[in-house]
Amino acid sequence: MYGKGILKSLSVTWKRFWMTYIEDLSWFFRRMAGGVNRYYTDEGIARRSSADTRGIFTIQYPEEKLPVHEESRYLPFLVYDETEDGEKDVRCTSCGICAKVCPPQCIWIVGKNDPDSGKSIPQIAEFYIDADICMNCGFCSEYCPFDAIKMDHEYELAAYKRNIYNMDMLLKPAEYYASIRPENAAREDEARRVKEEAKAAKKANAA
Amino acid sequence: MATTVSTKSVDLSTIFPDAVIADERKGYTGWLVEKDNLIEIATYVREELDYDLLSSVTGVDYLPEEKMEVVYQVYKTTGGPGLFFKVQIPREDPMEIPSVINIWPGADLQEREIWDLYGIKFPGHPDLRRILTWEGFEGHPMRKDWQEPFYEEETKPFKSRWPKGEHIHAEEINPYHDNLKFPPKFNPENWTPTDPEEALYTSLKKFTTKNEDGLEAEQIIVNMGPQHPSTHGVFRAVVVLDGEKVVSLKPVMGYLHRNHEKIGERNTYLHNMPYTDRLDYFNSMANNWAYALAVEKLMGIEVTERSEYIRVIMSELTRIQNHLVWVGIFLNDLGAVVTPLLYAFEERELILDIFEEVSGARMMCNYYRFGGVVRDMPVRAFEKLKQLVYDRLPGKIEEFERLLSENEILLSRVKGIGYLSAKDAIATSMTGPMLRASGVPYDIRRAEPYGIYDRFDFDVVTRPECDLYARYHVRIEEMHQSLRILEQAVSTIPEGPILPKKPVYQVRVPAGEAYGRIESPKGELGFYVISNGKPNPWRYHVRAPSFINITALEKMCVGEKIADFVAILGAIDIVLGELDR
Repeated sequence: MYGKGILKSLSVTWKRFWMTYIEDLSWFFRRMAGGVNRYYTDEGIARRSSADTRGIFTIQYPEEKLPVHEESRYLPFLVYDETEDGEKDVRCTSCGICAKVCPPQCIWIVGKNDPDSGKSIPQIAEFYIDADICMNCGFCSEYCPFDAIKMDHEYELAAYKRNIYNMDMLLKPAEYYASIRPENAAREDEARRVKEEAKAAKKANAA
Repeated sequence: MATTVSTKSVDLSTIFPDAVIADERKGYTGWLVEKDNLIEIATYVREELDYDLLSSVTGVDYLPEEKMEVVYQVYKTTGGPGLFFKVQIPREDPMEIPSVINIWPGADLQEREIWDLYGIKFPGHPDLRRILTWEGFEGHPMRKDWQEPFYEEETKPFKSRWPKGEHIHAEEINPYHDNLKFPPKFNPENWTPTDPEEALYTSLKKFTTKNEDGLEAEQIIVNMGPQHPSTHGVFRAVVVLDGEKVVSLKPVMGYLHRNHEKIGERNTYLHNMPYTDRLDYFNSMANNWAYALAVEKLMGIEVTERSEYIRVIMSELTRIQNHLVWVGIFLNDLGAVVTPLLYAFEERELILDIFEEVSGARMMCNYYRFGGVVRDMPVRAFEKLKQLVYDRLPGKIEEFERLLSENEILLSRVKGIGYLSAKDAIATSMTGPMLRASGVPYDIRRAEPYGIYDRFDFDVVTRPECDLYARYHVRIEEMHQSLRILEQAVSTIPEGPILPKKPVYQVRVPAGEAYGRIESPKGELGFYVISNGKPNPWRYHVRAPSFINITALEKMCVGEKIADFVAILGAIDIVLGELDR
């Protein structure tokens, strides 16, 4: 029969159309029974991005936002540990690996020299990232041997001007890093602790 | 099915003892062919040895040796390893190599590209114009002595970045403060431009038609694009119309050209990985693999077992989402605006969620490394993957078939349109679903298995119709086959290390050449990489399926209506990031 295929197609759109109401109604009744709303709640967003989502799929950005995954990467930032007297202990040693491994070469590092001897010391004087050029590949954080540069989860970066991030804008505390990437931070802290213990044990043995 | 894999290598130098010698440079394979005998040898390779698929033609500039080289890579559509032969000429203008377009018509656009980027002329080519840059462009940008406007240094990493890295803007390097460079002694004030399009319009076939009454119908030229919603970006086709019928057509491209290959030669090997994401931005997982494959061949390293499985899983997921989006956008082109597209995007988003969880980005994944992948798949992502593969996607693809496969409106738009016979498809170097829709069972996963594809059970999908309907069906069926592979991979993935050793940022790549090719969702994606032992590749060439599949566009469109041009172009599945490179 001519037109059977069209009817079959329409049955799909028809089903999809009703599914939005069925899904919304089921959440409505659940809410009546003390559940949460399908929209503007974390449960609702999780449902809509899960593998058995049905009905309305859209996330109402910016009112709603998809959760950012642990490994998600946007722009890099520099990590510092806070010392006991409130000083910023920047992890970066200005080894330059991130600047070398950066594919679009958007990292500029100024090393620090010892004021007395004039020799270079493992600290940074200035650190620039040209965020307009950065391609968010994550190589800098992947190959940094000191866990000093990490990828941020901040993605709302629209600006009116060119974005050249200097050290003031790039430095963020280690607690912030642990809050956005808890699994990675825990793993790295553990690895560093083991390494330091081994070092201390070696020193003790030598002495 | 193309399972007959012949491993017998051909010894060209015994067949042509005077004209061919084996390429004995360290790390190289193939044959060096005399320029004057090229046509004779190429004809023999095509006719007698049955290497019917010209995969890639590309130039290489050996500046220190004062030589230019053109590399031909040919394969058999029945499967098996390829045959590489090369022509070397002295590096002084005019450089000329006879065109092989009459033997393999698929050389058409590729020879134009070599002329454009390397300045090697191909006598015998009927329409040798620039292709990626514009007529009037100064110089040939892929030559090693050509420098781009924001030129800083020959190779990365640039020395200005560390340890004395005061930030400067790239445009401050250029005296014009712009992405522009004038040839020496050029005065823009006195310059009168010649019409750059003249060569293009004269290249279109011109003839008038007379109907029975003796009335002469005038033909009109219509520019489809570059700003045209149906061209999927900034592709342009100049069409000569007789009424509504397409008489002649020329593709015009390069509006998104950024000289990816030159950037690739300035980069180190690792730097190139995220750049490959930006080629075919729908399939960054596939692009990464092809590049990793080429470099791994050069380095001679093995990929860890678990990584091989993860690679297959990611690559097949990307195939499913690519074909889903293709179906949606194809229907968009045909006029079924947005509904099928959004249905497709729903599933695609779920797949991209998995990509984001494993790699950190939804589209620019940058997930593969030489010898493996960046990191293991998180448990959450693996659980979601299983749900998608076993529960959700099979039903959703069937829903697509219910929605579309019998729909009379769709059928009347696709049946019998855009005919491309198997012979023409092979001759014009079509690959991927386009070739299989012409009835040729050629799939690199079977013809020359890479990774661990030889362990999986799947069918190479073909259709005999050679029209749009076949191209639609091949892709739908391929999604089912991808799910089959995924089911096998998910159930058998072993535990184990991800990378063979601690990752290093500066890989050591021995000198030599390698061609890594995979079956990307759009066709054969190949990376031809030449190393001279230094940290940067000497040559980095992308054999892009979108670009080469355009070769047959005119053949498919002539005789069809202008409205069907949109559908035919849509069915090729081009992505401009890859087409223009």
